[in-house]
Amino acid sequence: MSRNRRLKLSLSGQRRLMGVLFTMPFIIGFVLFFLYPFIQSLIFSTCELKVTRSGFELTPVGLENYTYAVGVDPWFRRHFVSTMVRTLTDVPVIVIFSTFAASLLNQQFKGRTLARVVFFLPVILSANVVMSLARWDYMQSAAASAIDSVFVEQGIFSAAQTLGNLLRELKIPVGFTSFILAAIDRIPQVVSASGIQILIILAALQSIPSSLYEVSMIEGATAWESFWKITFPMISPLLLTAAVYTIIDSFTSPYNDLVNYIETTVWSGGGYGVSAAMSWIYFAAIAVVVGLFIGLVSKRLFYER
Amino acid sequence: MRGLANRVDTRHFRVRAVRRRVPVLKGITSSMISLFRYILVAGISFVILYPLLVRFSASLMQESDLYDLTVQWIPKSPSLANYRIALDFMEYPQAFVNTFSLAVVVSVAQLLACSFIGYGFARFQYPGSNVVFALVIFTLLVPPQMIMVPLFLNFRFFDLFGVLPDPGINLIGSNWPFLMLAVTGTGMRNGLFIYIMRQFFRGFSQELEEAAYVDGAGPLKTFVLVMIPNAVPVMITVFLFAFVWQWNDLFYVNLFLTRDIKVLPFTLSTLANNYQYYMERSEGVRLAPQYLSVINNAGMLLFIAPLIAIYAFLQRYFVESIERSGIVG
Repeated sequence: MSRNRRLKLSLSGQRRLMGVLFTMPFIIGFVLFFLYPFIQSLIFSTCELKVTRSGFELTPVGLENYTYAVGVDPWFRRHFVSTMVRTLTDVPVIVIFSTFAASLLNQQFKGRTLARVVFFLPVILSANVVMSLARWDYMQSAAASAIDSVFVEQGIFSAAQTLGNLLRELKIPVGFTSFILAAIDRIPQVVSASGIQILIILAALQSIPSSLYEVSMIEGATAWESFWKITFPMISPLLLTAAVYTIIDSFTSPYNDLVNYIETTVWSGGGYGVSAAMSWIYFAAIAVVVGLFIGLVSKRLFYER
Repeated sequence: MRGLANRVDTRHFRVRAVRRRVPVLKGITSSMISLFRYILVAGISFVILYPLLVRFSASLMQESDLYDLTVQWIPKSPSLANYRIALDFMEYPQAFVNTFSLAVVVSVAQLLACSFIGYGFARFQYPGSNVVFALVIFTLLVPPQMIMVPLFLNFRFFDLFGVLPDPGINLIGSNWPFLMLAVTGTGMRNGLFIYIMRQFFRGFSQELEEAAYVDGAGPLKTFVLVMIPNAVPVMITVFLFAFVWQWNDLFYVNLFLTRDIKVLPFTLSTLANNYQYYMERSEGVRLAPQYLSVINNAGMLLFIAPLIAIYAFLQRYFVESIERSGIVG
């Protein structure tokens, strides 16, 4: 093939060079636009930042930003806890729902294509802007307490209020009722956040060879058994992927109070140093959660050799 | 021995009897399952479509309909006035052009870059390539708000590591930051695209590429002439995601663009405030939140409409790429 007088690489050497060349754009971009800002934000979190006309000034203040965020700032702790709780409870719900929806979409029935088109609509429609507008609209019109069934997006489940009354009449303990109602209220959010996860799990379901199911049917396995012994292990790596993606998605969700607060702190709070400290605390917490999750689950995953 | 044979016989006989009953039962159960399935699919579809329908119905209402308790879904006096107001105060024509051109350029650049990079990861291993791929995933795990200000500062005083003189060029207010991030595969959620493309190319049998090599094509030529044409459905899917996310993006747009460059997400978010301000200034009228909410609904639909159009156009390829065995994994 090509003979280069200066450098004669073996085929494997050539392939390795090609690998480097192909991935070079990412490496450059990573160093310039990710690694550098990443390290900078760590440095900034220990300083006070002031942007001037020709650059920016840093005054190191040690761990003061961190202690301010955790100790003094009125909202950080609250938002941190509520966001972490929300993320942790959303992940299993979204993954379970996505598995459910994906297995629905995987079956043969008339109108399946239409169903697929509709199920992936939330990916298109759940724009950050739209959802945060809808969220504030809800609060506005709820405050004005006029006709709420038309404007409140979650008003789909103002039927939930009736259900709540019914449950209360049945003397079911309040904690239980409020839990159910909160769960129902979250259904629209869960559904609209599940678009890509459904895609991932659907792809996983389709990659399971149908011969496995046929053999198990011959052997007399029930649907329940074949789900837990065949489907679940085969898609388990991608369930992990879907779970991690859900966590990633929550960073840009309009319901993520902490991240919104981190953003507003830059302009109207303690300044960027504090904001950076907050985001590092959040990032550390997420890294711990994801790391723990992957560590715990990896061993149980089933990889087909 | 004979006792055993007898027992086997009766069991066999019993099983056969049951099997004769099963077909009828199976017919009923399978149509019940089918019905149940339809109910589930319809229910989930309803939850997805309901907000859209509500917004559409609300956007056609006038103020008289808002306070009319008999009006639930269909306004008594439907009008497009809200749309006219939204179009005007969102500066829709200009904003649409800005948003559309930005989204198309960025999504095409991201698509090409991520396909290129994904192919590299899929086919060419080199020492450390696993580490670099882990870095790709790592970029996804960091909240963008964390590197928000350093990224802004980088582009505000862009000096390419000291190559350019202090204080560098101001790239804020242009599309350059977007382009640079897109071309290097480090834009918004590009790690996901790189992952998708890598999985796809990995699942591709090597025969086509080997045939191309035998014919004398280098890796780049092979990529362009052989791999890309085969990856069209996946690439359309990635393009769709990239376009939609860039269209909807308010975060990077607020970071990299100045206030005078109007893009739709921004004008939508300020629509209600702008209109209220205008009405107060010019006619001294305070608008009710419900009415503003209706204006917002019209604006939202105007915002979403192009996306729905593109989705309708591309969904055939999108769904087709799911029909095949997996874009991912």
